[in-house]
Amino acid sequence: MSPTSALIGLVFVPLAAMLITFVAPPRWRRALALPAMLAWPLLLLMLSAEIARSGAIGLVFGGWMPPLGIAWRLDALGLILLWVHALVGLAALPSAWHRFAPGTPGSGAFWPLWLALGSGINLALLAADLFNLYVALELITLAAVALITIEDSIAALGSAMRYLLLGVLGSLMYVLGVGLVYAETGSLALPGPGAGAVNATALVLMLIGLMVKAAIFPLHVWLPGAYSSAPGAVAALLSAVVGKVALVAIWRIWFAHPVPGAETLALLLGLLGAVAMFYGALMAYLQTRLKLVIAWSSISQFGLFLLLLPLANTAAFQGASFGLLGHGLAKAALFLAAANIVAVLGSDSIRHLPGLDRRMPIEALTLALAGVTLIGLPPSGGFTTKWMLLQSAWQQQGVLWLLLIALSGLVSAAYVFRILALTCFHPVCRAVDRTHPRPPLSVSLSALFLALASLLVGLYPQPVLELLGRAAPGVIG
Amino acid sequence: MNPAVYVLVAAAIFGIGLHGLLVARHVMRKLLALNLMLSALFLLLIVVPASIDGRPDPVPQALVLTGIVIAVSTTAFALALMVRLFRRQGHASIHPDLDPTLIGQRRATKRKEGDR
Repeated sequence: MSPTSALIGLVFVPLAAMLITFVAPPRWRRALALPAMLAWPLLLLMLSAEIARSGAIGLVFGGWMPPLGIAWRLDALGLILLWVHALVGLAALPSAWHRFAPGTPGSGAFWPLWLALGSGINLALLAADLFNLYVALELITLAAVALITIEDSIAALGSAMRYLLLGVLGSLMYVLGVGLVYAETGSLALPGPGAGAVNATALVLMLIGLMVKAAIFPLHVWLPGAYSSAPGAVAALLSAVVGKVALVAIWRIWFAHPVPGAETLALLLGLLGAVAMFYGALMAYLQTRLKLVIAWSSISQFGLFLLLLPLANTAAFQGASFGLLGHGLAKAALFLAAANIVAVLGSDSIRHLPGLDRRMPIEALTLALAGVTLIGLPPSGGFTTKWMLLQSAWQQQGVLWLLLIALSGLVSAAYVFRILALTCFHPVCRAVDRTHPRPPLSVSLSALFLALASLLVGLYPQPVLELLGRAAPGVIG
Repeated sequence: MNPAVYVLVAAAIFGIGLHGLLVARHVMRKLLALNLMLSALFLLLIVVPASIDGRPDPVPQALVLTGIVIAVSTTAFALALMVRLFRRQGHASIHPDLDPTLIGQRRATKRKEGDR
């Protein structure tokens, strides 16, 4: 099998499985979705070998050249996120398998939508032009919103509606920008020629649209509700991959369109990221529900990733891209653990956390290990990210950024330690109640596996960083 | 006719839609506003490249066609979601006070809001 057919399989295997599960009787859907889910990592292994050898894989469909034809391109940055997607998808499988067994409410709709979301994510990471990116982002938004509504509560439906309306507004802004780019340059290719007032306007419009999708402050309002009311497996995938797809698009488009006044704009976006870091952490600290703490922490961490725009050198690119890996795995682990806690305790209110370390030790350990990555303590993946970003700021004498990155770990520690202190050191310990059935061990262990993975990637980051270092010129120019 | 007229009309419709989307509380009104904005966008996409090139350009038309398909399916999905929201909460409006994820949760959801 050639690398290009593996590339095609990455999108079309889940797409075909989606169509098959959609027409199949509901009780077969879960079993039919499984082969597609398991095929992913195998395809990725093959592609990883090729990327390590040649750096990037490109593909043009049917001999139709862009802009009318469709072109795909995979590089190390896309590959990292594809791996996060595959690992989180695998780890979320036991949770989804258990929660959406045939006959349970929502199980018929879940599996086709889950595959549609997977196909959309892979497509967005492969798209080599602005318009295909739009189509993929729409597919992701629609599938994600539908997956949130599976939990048929008022909170879930209201949050899904907010997400949908803002998501469509975001893609509208984005397409407006794409239209202007095409009118100005006659091309939709991602590394398009820049400069000029129209291109600057187009860039700002596209950025606003993508910032809504990535939930970057101040366009984050849909995120806490959407993430906290989705089922565990869905929240894991949303937080680990979906926002980051838009974030990667922001990086790519930003560095591909050098416009006049870019330095000022980069400074502005960096400051926006800094505000997001501290505001998100503060809100995470104030929340009274565990899932909302985790959701707000995402907004805080995305602020850190936005610092790549002002820092803009290879070390910063390596750090921020590596952060996608560490943060994605940790966040998915947290949401899976939170879903288990809800399943057993019936609520994720932090009032129920005291004594959790005895009742649900695996979940408590997962919270602690994933928390280490969020704070960025060594030897976690989060530490590697912060270290590389600090290095980059140091190289450029950026004292402001140096200070902000160092402080971001401190504010993350505030909300993580608050949760851990409540879980392990609170004097009130409630008696063990067995009113709710415990989810199977595999569900707890898969969350722990993700948390461990987020820690272990920080032990030996060199090969990944090297791969990213070689891809850096292709992205940040 | 001068293409600038189309551009100005598109900008005006876009502005009206944006205003409606931000101000209206009922989901139906928000969706209508969103569709207005989409129409303006498609108008702009067709007109702007043609005004530069002169002869008809197939690419923007392909983009708009794809855009229309996506817009129709998104609207249909949003309408279905609106009906479900209406059945569950008794009204189909969205308002910041009704966001259950804000810190003072639950308190706000009890306060019933009439449809606007």
